[in-house]
Amino acid sequence: MKYALFAIVLALATIAFALDGQIGIHDPSTVAVCDGKYYTYGTGGSSLVSDDGWTWRPGTALPRRGLAPDVIHLGVRYYVYVAANIGAQPKAAVNMIWSKSLDPNSPDYKWEEGGVVASSDGVEDSNAIDPGIFLDPASGKLWLTYGSYFGYIRLVELDPKTGKRINPNDQPRNLAINCEASDMMYHDGWYYLLATHGSCCRGADSGYNIRLGRSRKVTGPYLDAEGVDMIQGGGKLLIGSGGRVVGPGHFGLLDLGEGVQKFSMHWEADLERGGASVLDIRPLLWKDGWPVAGENLKEGTYEIESVRTGTSLELAVEGVPVGGPRPRGGRGGGRGMFGGTGSPIPPQDAAQVSANWPAGAIDARMANYLCQAQQKWAVTAVPNAGGYPGSPYFKIAIAGTDRALAATADAELVVLPAFTGGPEQLWRMDQLADGSWRIMPKSVPNSKEPVALSAVGSSSATLSKFDLKSDKQRWLFKTP
Amino acid sequence: MNALRKYRLPALAAIAGSAFLAIAPGAAAPVAWPTLTKPATPEKAPDADGFLQRWLLLEPIPANGLTDRAVQAIAKKEYFPNQLTVIPHDGDKVTVGNVELAWYAVDTKLYNVNLYHFAHALGKPTSDVLFWAVTIVNCPREMPGVRLAIGSNAASVWWVNGKEVVGIYGDRQTVIDDGVSKRITLQKGPNVVRAAVINGGGATDFCARFLDADDKSIKGITVSLSEVRK
Repeated sequence: MKYALFAIVLALATIAFALDGQIGIHDPSTVAVCDGKYYTYGTGGSSLVSDDGWTWRPGTALPRRGLAPDVIHLGVRYYVYVAANIGAQPKAAVNMIWSKSLDPNSPDYKWEEGGVVASSDGVEDSNAIDPGIFLDPASGKLWLTYGSYFGYIRLVELDPKTGKRINPNDQPRNLAINCEASDMMYHDGWYYLLATHGSCCRGADSGYNIRLGRSRKVTGPYLDAEGVDMIQGGGKLLIGSGGRVVGPGHFGLLDLGEGVQKFSMHWEADLERGGASVLDIRPLLWKDGWPVAGENLKEGTYEIESVRTGTSLELAVEGVPVGGPRPRGGRGGGRGMFGGTGSPIPPQDAAQVSANWPAGAIDARMANYLCQAQQKWAVTAVPNAGGYPGSPYFKIAIAGTDRALAATADAELVVLPAFTGGPEQLWRMDQLADGSWRIMPKSVPNSKEPVALSAVGSSSATLSKFDLKSDKQRWLFKTP
Repeated sequence: MNALRKYRLPALAAIAGSAFLAIAPGAAAPVAWPTLTKPATPEKAPDADGFLQRWLLLEPIPANGLTDRAVQAIAKKEYFPNQLTVIPHDGDKVTVGNVELAWYAVDTKLYNVNLYHFAHALGKPTSDVLFWAVTIVNCPREMPGVRLAIGSNAASVWWVNGKEVVGIYGDRQTVIDDGVSKRITLQKGPNVVRAAVINGGGATDFCARFLDADDKSIKGITVSLSEVRK
């Protein structure tokens, strides 16, 4: 669905964006990055590719088609694990194929067969489909989980040098039941097993939801926040249906570095797209040792507040008290300073107070938030300007005006009198693990150095290299 | 609740290291600067956090207004000749209106320069006034990409080598690194830092330091009040 179709809705309300372009897919793999492009592979040979992680298009099908592939990049190889039933479920096998590139135009794009790495015989308590591949950053070991409702989610160890099973005779370990589409990740000394509960493939009636447990050992047991073992059906909810999308499933971690983590999945039914099954990418947050699904930034009017200083970004003009200046006297009650005006004071907007604002470019600065017009920023997606994993680029302008925040050639900030769509006026907002936001211009003129909005002082903002350990570049979008 | 939170004058008991001042005939008896001393060395390094602790301060000039426009107007009004270029010396005098005002060289014991202490000890007003402050930062080499980071009670406007670099407005308290300039270049040798601090009522002070590209205070500079060498 083209982005432009949202236009009417945008004018009426804030909305969350799903991805742009052609995003129809079911059971997508983890999103892999190859030569700057993003790739994912789904059931039945479906494939999507994107140049920026926001606008997607159909990609090239894998030579081995099957159910719910997963992909990992190890060394110079991309390993893809893809399952197929052998006759009727639950007799199935997971095959591995590998290539040095995911780009069909690359001379390195050549798939090799790696053989079966896991299987189920149709009698045992397992259905060897829905592989999830995981490289343990703590040990360097490679693991494969698989399974789908019939019996257990299982774990086997693979060889990270070849992608093949280390010892085919090793007995798989049982980790969970009553779920499918399992995957794993590691965070701060814990292993997390993520799996999809509920039913799939019923459109808007699909009960799919992604749940998880954690363990100190990769082999489990994986307990949810209530202490229930996933092998007894436990699972803490990561994300379920909401808004205009139904049935999330098939978690895949997308770690973008610098503390920015996102996850891919599909919705069984996107109601804005006629109930089609589509890809989505959401921020992955952390709270008290548990992953939490964030939300991509919604359009709207916001106060943009620094986590470091508690002050807010504003157009550097003299503010006018909301409701107009009032004398300090009369503190004793009645209609004095403490008694108010006796009637509601309407919100302040730019039309009320902007007559004396300079016409040209104006600095941006920070101040205590006082509900004034120069402190309210309208954040709107920019059509056809591209984006980044999960979101489009945004325009940030003083609400009710076209005065747009921009980066200057010396990596400082300015508010231009009008938005022209230049890359220095396009802003990327990534939600960080604590729920705050990193705000970055698409580019700074004459520079390739990525920089982020930074609270260098309580009253001063600039652009500088992102520092994960600092609060300087963490921002909150608050509704005025 | 009192919005002005008036400063309580410390007991006149001498505080070690405090300077006693000679003041104009007819004024109140001299009192000590609790936090300021007269410079005793030719140069002074910033403190461990980079704050500039040596300044030339002009006795306060009456001024009223803390809004952006009022502060800009106060700071840009000419009170005495060459006020944005002069490098004063301790004891120099200027005439503002028909009042003679003196420059004082001071070192502060703290990260900030307490203008209330400065003016009160001189028997001068501390509310609805403008203070001029000047210092000279000596750099061993050219330093590009640095920022002047200031805080003040209340509003202030700042210049480095004659260029206005940052201003903060409104009735406010001193916060370290409140107003921070855009990236500037400190030249090798002397660099003149000048401030106009406007107070409404109550306490008044300021602090200033330079930050590097990583927002850390810069090292290796010294502060003196000697003449800028051409």
